[in-house]
This record gives sequence, C-alpha cells and structure tokens, in this order.
Amino acid sequence: MTLPLTETPTPATQAPAPLSSFQKYPGGPGAEPPAGSGAEPRGSAALAPRSFLAKNPSVFWFLLALAVLTAVVTILSPALGMGAMSTSFVKTLGKTLCLCIAALAMDVVWGYTGILSLGHMAFFGLGGYMIGQWLMYARTEEIVVAALASDPIPPTAIEIAQGVTTQIFGVVGSSDLPLVWSFAHSLPLQLMLVVLVPGVLAGIFGWLAFRSRVTGVYLSILTQAMTLALSLYLFQNDSGLRGNNGLSGLQNLPGLAETSQDDLSIWFFWASALGLALAYLLCAWATSGKFGSVLRAIRDDEARVRFLGYPVEGFKLFVFTATAVLCGLAGALYYPQAGIINPAELAPIASIYLAVWVAIGGRGKLYGAVIGAALVSLLSTWFTGGRAPQVPLGFYTIDWVDWWQVLLGLAFVCVTLFAPKGIGGIFDRIAPPDRKGAPLGPDDGALMEKEARE
Amino acid sequence: MRALILAFLALLLACPVQADTVAQIVAAQSAAIEKPSRQTIGPVISSLAASGDPMAAQVLEAWGDKRLGQRKSDKAFFILAPDSAGYALTDLSGAAAGTAAKAEITELKPNAGVRGLIAAALVQFTLSDPDPVKRAAALNSIAQDPNPESLEPLRAAIETETDPALKAQKLRLERLLTIRFDPTPEARILAIQSFGSDSGIDLRAALSPLVATTRQVAETPSGNIARSLRPGRDISETEAYDLLVAANLAPARLTIEAQKKALAAHIVDGKVGGISLAELSDQKARDLAYTALETSGAVPAAATADEVTAAVAKYQVFETYAEPDPQVTAAALEALGGIDRSVGLMTTADLAMDGVSLAAIYFLAAIGLAITFGVMRVINMAHGEFITMGAYTGFVVQTLVPDKTLSLVLAFPLAFVITFAAGVAMERLVIRHLYKRPLETLLATFGISIALQQVFKNIFGTQARPLTSPDWLGGALVFNDVVSISYIRLAIIALAAIFLMVFLYIMKRTRLGLEVRAVTQNPTMAASMGINPDRINMLTFGLGSGIAGIAGVSIGLYAKVTSELGADYIVQSFMTVVVGGVGNIFGALAGAGMIGGLQKAIEFLNPSNTLAAQTYMILFIILFIQVRPRGIIALKGRAAGD
Repeated sequence: MTLPLTETPTPATQAPAPLSSFQKYPGGPGAEPPAGSGAEPRGSAALAPRSFLAKNPSVFWFLLALAVLTAVVTILSPALGMGAMSTSFVKTLGKTLCLCIAALAMDVVWGYTGILSLGHMAFFGLGGYMIGQWLMYARTEEIVVAALASDPIPPTAIEIAQGVTTQIFGVVGSSDLPLVWSFAHSLPLQLMLVVLVPGVLAGIFGWLAFRSRVTGVYLSILTQAMTLALSLYLFQNDSGLRGNNGLSGLQNLPGLAETSQDDLSIWFFWASALGLALAYLLCAWATSGKFGSVLRAIRDDEARVRFLGYPVEGFKLFVFTATAVLCGLAGALYYPQAGIINPAELAPIASIYLAVWVAIGGRGKLYGAVIGAALVSLLSTWFTGGRAPQVPLGFYTIDWVDWWQVLLGLAFVCVTLFAPKGIGGIFDRIAPPDRKGAPLGPDDGALMEKEARE
Repeated sequence: MRALILAFLALLLACPVQADTVAQIVAAQSAAIEKPSRQTIGPVISSLAASGDPMAAQVLEAWGDKRLGQRKSDKAFFILAPDSAGYALTDLSGAAAGTAAKAEITELKPNAGVRGLIAAALVQFTLSDPDPVKRAAALNSIAQDPNPESLEPLRAAIETETDPALKAQKLRLERLLTIRFDPTPEARILAIQSFGSDSGIDLRAALSPLVATTRQVAETPSGNIARSLRPGRDISETEAYDLLVAANLAPARLTIEAQKKALAAHIVDGKVGGISLAELSDQKARDLAYTALETSGAVPAAATADEVTAAVAKYQVFETYAEPDPQVTAAALEALGGIDRSVGLMTTADLAMDGVSLAAIYFLAAIGLAITFGVMRVINMAHGEFITMGAYTGFVVQTLVPDKTLSLVLAFPLAFVITFAAGVAMERLVIRHLYKRPLETLLATFGISIALQQVFKNIFGTQARPLTSPDWLGGALVFNDVVSISYIRLAIIALAAIFLMVFLYIMKRTRLGLEVRAVTQNPTMAASMGINPDRINMLTFGLGSGIAGIAGVSIGLYAKVTSELGADYIVQSFMTVVVGGVGNIFGALAGAGMIGGLQKAIEFLNPSNTLAAQTYMILFIILFIQVRPRGIIALKGRAAGD
C-alpha cells in the first residue's frame, strides 16, 4: 500500500555530501564540466558571460540601501552621532536586521525550494540559546569571581564553577551544572555549537522527513510538530536550560561591563548589518546560478527534476540544513540585543510569523523577504508598543494594541488572495525582470498557480 | 465477658485508679476534673470509661459537650440540662437531683485537647450505640486514627451488631487493627492471611508501616533485618561514612568550606602553613597547607581517606523493618507482593480508561479536520479557532440560560449553527480561491486564525471562562480505590462514539455524503453528473466546521475556555489525522487512539512531567511517519488520489 513511496532506493541515504552529488550533474548529463572550481556562478557564466552583479541588479541596490541605512543610523545613534535615536530604537533596528537574515533563509527554503518550513524560528532560537549560554555563564562567572575576591583565601576553579551553577540554576532549584552546559565556559566552542546544534537537528529531521518523501502540507505540519516538541522540551526545568525562565541578562557582554549600552547597541547594529549583507550576497549567489535553477525546478515540479537525474532529496536536505544554520547564526546575533530568551520564542507561532513576513514581502525574491520582515516586524513593534494613535469610531475606540493582530491576520489573508507576489511584486512592475524570454517569474513558474488558473 | 475485657483494658492502660462507680471516681478525682489538662487527664478518662458503670457514657458525653457542672455549695458534680430556673440537675448515678440557678453552678469547660481525649474514650460506647449512624461515625473515627485502645472495645462490639453492613465493616476494621496492634504474632499473621487477594487502600495503609525500613549502622547488626548493604556495592562509601557520622560513630569529614574557614583563621604574614595565599586557589595546595597546620597542632586532625575506609570497614550497614517480628514482616511482605500485582493490573485498567478518554477528546477535536483536511484536503489552521468558538458559544448560552442542563442542550445546536456559518463564510470568501494552492490555504487560514484569536481576546478577555457541566455530570464512576473515571469523560467518550456514527451515516447513507465523495474524487466528472461542486464543497466545509463547534462545547466542559483553547489542540489534531491516515474516519479514530494511549503511557512512565510526554509523543509520531508515511489506515488504489 505504500509502494509508490518505496519503489526507489531512497537517494537521500547518500545525502551526507549533497554538494558533491550536485557537482556530479551540473546541468545534466550532457553538459560540459564547469570551468573553474565548480562554483555555481562560473558554471552559469559559461552560458551567459555576465558578472554576478549584472545578473542580480537587486544585490547592488540592496547593499547600497543597507549602507545608507547603516550610515544614517550611525549618525543619529546616541553613541557616535547626534543622539536623535534612542538606544532601544537602535537595538530594535539591529534586531530587525537579524530577523531579515532569518527571512532570507526562509525565502531560500520556501520561496525558492518550495519547502514551507514552520520550524525555522526554532533554529533561530536555538542559535540564541547557544550564544546565551556562554554570555550568561561568562557574565555570571565575572560576578562570582568579584564576590569571592573579598575572601582572604583565593577561590579554586571548582568553587567558582559551583558558585556560577548556584547563581544560574538556583531559580530552577538545581545545584548541578547540566550536561548541555559543558562547553558554556568557552566562546569558541559555544560559537561552534551555534552552527552545529541547528545544523545537526535540521539535518536529522530533514533526512528523516525527505527520505520518506514527506512533502507539501504534510511536511509543514511535521515541521510545526517538531517545533512544538522542541519548545515543550525546553519549557521543562530538567531540560537544563532553565525551563520557562529562559536565559536572561544577555545584553551585558562579559568583559565589557564598563562599556555603555549605547556603544554596544551600535556595535551590534553594525554586526547585524554586516551579517545581513553577507547573508544576502550568499543567498543571491546560491540562488542565481545553476544551483538556484535546480532549487526552483524542485519547487515547480519535483518529480520531473528527479527523473532528470538530480538527487532531489540531497538538494532539499542541503538547503534545509544550510538555511537552519543561517537562522541559528542570525539568532546568535539577535538575542544579545534582545537580552532575554525563553522557550516561548521557539513556539510554532514564531515560525509561522516568519512565513507571514516572507509572504507579505514577496516569496522568491530575496529583497521581498527582507522588506516583508523589516516592514511587518517594525510595524508590529510600533502598533503593539502602544504608540499608534487610537481610532475613535464614536461607539468604539480601536486600540491598536488589541487590534493589530486582527489587522495583521486579515492583511495576510488579503496578500495571499490578491497579491501572491507580495510587496516585492511592486518592484517587478517598476522594472520587469529580464528572464531571457521565459515568460514566468519565479513565483509564476509555480505549477500549482498555473493549475489554479485553469 | 464485657467486664473481663474492660478489666483487661484497664490493665492495658496501667491505670492508677481502680474501677468503681462513676460517681466514686469523679469524687476521688474531682481536683483533676475541675482543671483538666491534656497531659494529666488521660488516666481519669480511661478509668471512667473502664468503670463498667452504665452511666459512664452519659457522664463522658456530658463532659465533652460542656454539660457537666459543679455545685458551688457542696462541690458535687451533676449533669446539666437547661431549665426555666437555670439548670435541671441529674446526679452521676442517673437520678434527678432537682434544679439550680445558673449562679449556683460552675460549668466545666474542658479545652479542645481534653475534649478530644473524651471523644476517643467515648468511641467504644458509641460502637454499641443504638443509632447506626453514630456507630458508623465511631467506626470511621477509629479507621482514620487507629490506636491500640480501640481494638478490644471493637472486638466486644462485633457480636452485638445487628446491621449486616456495619458488622462487615467492624469485622474488617477488627482484622486491620489486629494486624497492627494485637500482641500475639500468630493472630496478626492469621489476620494478614485472612485478607487473601484483597487490595484495599486501608489494608495497604495497615501493612506498609510494618515493612518500612530504616538504614542503620552498627558493629553487629541486630533487629529485624531487611537486608545488609555492602559499602561500595549497594551504597557508596561516602553515604556509609555519612551514616557513621550521623550515628556519632565517626568524626565528621572535613568539608571544603570548613577547610577554607580554618585556613582563613590561620593567615600569618600572607601565608598559611608556609604556603602563600595566591597559591591557595588550588585544592592540592590547600590540602598541603592544612596538613602543615595539622602537624603544627593548630587545627584538629581531619579524617583521611584511609581512616574513612577503615571506619566503614569496621561497621556494618543494614536496613531494619519497623516491625520487630520477622514472621509478621514475612507475611506482610507476601501480602503486599500480591497486592502490588493486583494493583498493577488495576492501574493498567485505569490507565487504559484514561487513554481511551484522552483519545476520545483528540478524536472529537480532530473529527472536523478529518472532514475538511481528510476528505477535502483543505488545510484549515483556523480549525482550532472554530473549536474555541464553540466553547465560547457554550459559555455565552450559560450566562443567558442559568439552568445547566437546558443551556447545554441549547448550546450544542447553537454552536453547530454558528461555526457552520463561520465555516461556510470562510469557504466562500477565502478557501474557494485557493483550492489549487494548498500551501497558501494553510497560510491564509492561519491569518484568519490569528485574527480570530485576537478577536476572542478582545471580546472575552484573556482570563479563563468557566463552562460548568450540569450536576448529573459531576462526580465519577468509581469501581474501586484505583479504577475510576469521571462522568464527564464518559460523556465525552459517548459523544465521540455518536459523532463517529453520525459521520458514517452522513458519508455512507445520505445523498450529501455520496456527492461529497464524488466531488472529492473527481470534481469535473461529478459536475458533469449534475452535482454542483461549489455547493458541495461549501456544505462539506461547513459540516466539518460545525462539528468542530460541537467538539468545542464538549471540550470546554472539562478544559478551561480561553482564546487559546483551540490552538492547544490544533497540532495534535493534525497529527491525529496524519498518523491515522488521511481520508478515512477510522484512520482518525485509530490515530486518536494511538496518540491518546501513547501519551497516557508516557505520562505513566514519567508522571511528574506532562510536557515531556508531549515531546516524546511528537518525536514518536515523526518517527512513525517514517515507517508508515500514509498513516495507520492508508487508502489504496484510486481513492488514494495522487
């Protein structure tokens, strides 16, 4: 009864090296081996000898806009400039840039590859937890060492570790350092975990899901279940990450107690801007070459790509895992600015919001995802912050703190129904993309939409 | 016989006062009775109770009820009864003794402690009280607070008992008290064995204290030994040594804090024992410094590792039973073993019932999805909000109609109508346009879901709203101490069964069901046969949503109604449908059964943690889908669609 799914020996079992299997077939069996080291842009450059920037005009404009924004924020920031912006607003902007990185990852995995993952914010949160462990441990260690310094006898390493443990875990009534904190004392190790933990989790989950050919809405529900399981697990006290207390005090960088938050906020803003620029370049590079073509082909007709000989499962697994790692890195940049992380941040709803941002901004366009994430999350902050003016209707006053979510939900329905290209679609009207005669854009190429019009 | 027993009781209590008439005893102990205290009055009360005088019960009762008084003129005691002139007096031999004004009498007002003692002494009289209610109350009070004194009066009261139920209760209580308090081991063993396969909670309460163990340490073990523990194998050496320290058999070990304090107290010129302070951030250096202090005699010698090992080797660690008689503990252990087995069986039965009722709840939550998702393949993330809508409908109806039963009867159809309308509206306005884009249906319905959730919050607030079930649904069906199920859960199981029937009837026996099946299999062909697919889709979606509304009312009856009620069930509901097999109602049933049963089983294995149970269950589901990607009951052939 499950024959159609098990007829082929699942290619994903060879998935551990998806890139190499991709390099085996760049452009199908008859194609010439790509010049150079096999990197995507060169392979496509052989067909269309144009530079990366010329092929992706949006990259230039995007980087320019980001640079201008960074310059403006720096000038207005309290640390270096005129102080026209509050520190918290600089932090909000920095956090928004991190969310944009997550949105880029979501766009690659959903808009380009067609995998609607409802779990990428969980990887984002995991990255935050990993960096938070080091921040919290190192910071607490400083405090404990300072407290023990008044003793006549200098403390032993064990005593310091014990003191740190009591400080961190007293709140959940435990006095032993859980196993998951084994590397918390070391920044390099914990930074490695920022990459490894989301990567390995996404790898295992993706391998299980893709090899059994779970696709479409089933995959979405499964990722949502994974996210729910993860957040429920973290809510327990014995998960070793302080249960629903989460990790706090992350805005204080160890060793930089003297530095004011004004300075820290602008440093993190720069780091976030740089991260976003690099992530944008990486995503644009990955999606513009042959690799990107295969991804779009998988989105539009998975079976056809498989018949053409591409290891579809390997591609999907690679994209799923790589975007999860990107989300983890974005989370590691985000939470030192947010200052606190708890399991609620990993709840399924957060990942769904990520999908909402990308959908409103416009799937299949990297700048669309960034615009959507920035616009919706900033609007959300503005409306729920109580600063939006109330709308008196005579019989009822609309308080946006209460009604913003309704507005967002309805706006989302409208975007899905009437503007599936999202905000990014507006840019297509201003400057129609040059698709070399192919009539369909990345979104229009979706077979499902074509069918919908039949 | 009675006199014999009472005499025995008097002996047992080592009572200093000899049995006489009540009047004599009271007269002899008048000083103690005038100013009673809990510590000193015990023997007096016992002697009164043991006197054999038929007035004893009356006098004690009067005393306890503050109806005993002393005439100021001659210090004589009387039982008082309110009278027009003040008090009507009855002397302690039961004869009327005229009246007295209130001013002539000092009422005795024993404090609560003394009244408690009096009540305990009275139990033996109330055991034979003509009023069966009082006898039952006396039995209850003994059962709740068993003590050796109650055993003999209880035995005496068995023969005269006329009520068969009370007699059985008395016999059972007598055996329980025998187990704990009878002086002869043979009688106790017989009593233990007489219970056979009984597994009552009272029997367990009587047996468990006998076999409770305490850990002890001595050079040669003594007492009723449960087992001996070898340090290093059964317990760690540290634990064994801690026991020795606790029993004052060995000096306390030097803790790190104590060592640090001792070192800090002996700092000389920035050095301790010849080692500079800066080096003391290392445990080895600290040990060296402490040894140096020890040799100089500045600090007491601490136990070294060798000394600890020697001390532990010298003594034996063992566990003893609280009950000194080994034969009794052996019988008790055997009986407890049998009880554990039968309790285990019953716990399994109880767990199975819990699992079934949880499965029924999941099934109720998922059955609407089984229609919209399973049959129509439309992902409706707002399904949870339809459940919430139903629950809030129930709440609103209850605030309007105070009668609980009537409001419930009204709420079910009303919830169906409201959610049916909401479902139809949603289908017409949104889902219709997205039939060929399932992923976007998911997103659009999710938008509706967050909007609806916030609307509920704005209307009903964030706090939980009560949806009270009628009285006849309160309580539980109790089989025995272990196995019980609340009526509300039974009702939900029944409701789930009814829904299954209704669903099957609609799908297999009605024109609508036929058309629904036709449209889902092949809309174009169905349309050419004269079926209007638009209308059918609308009705099917409405039906699924309406059922969600009814499920909402029933879920609201046992869970708290908040705006997030439905959202809590949505992932589980989808899992239920996916695990069971899409497109088949029996699949949803099987999925609900598996998820519900599994969750209860995991909760049983790890009872403190329902969150962990949910985590493991979801992980299991993800793995299960590896094995059976199409669910438990997978459609075959053409019905499988793609």
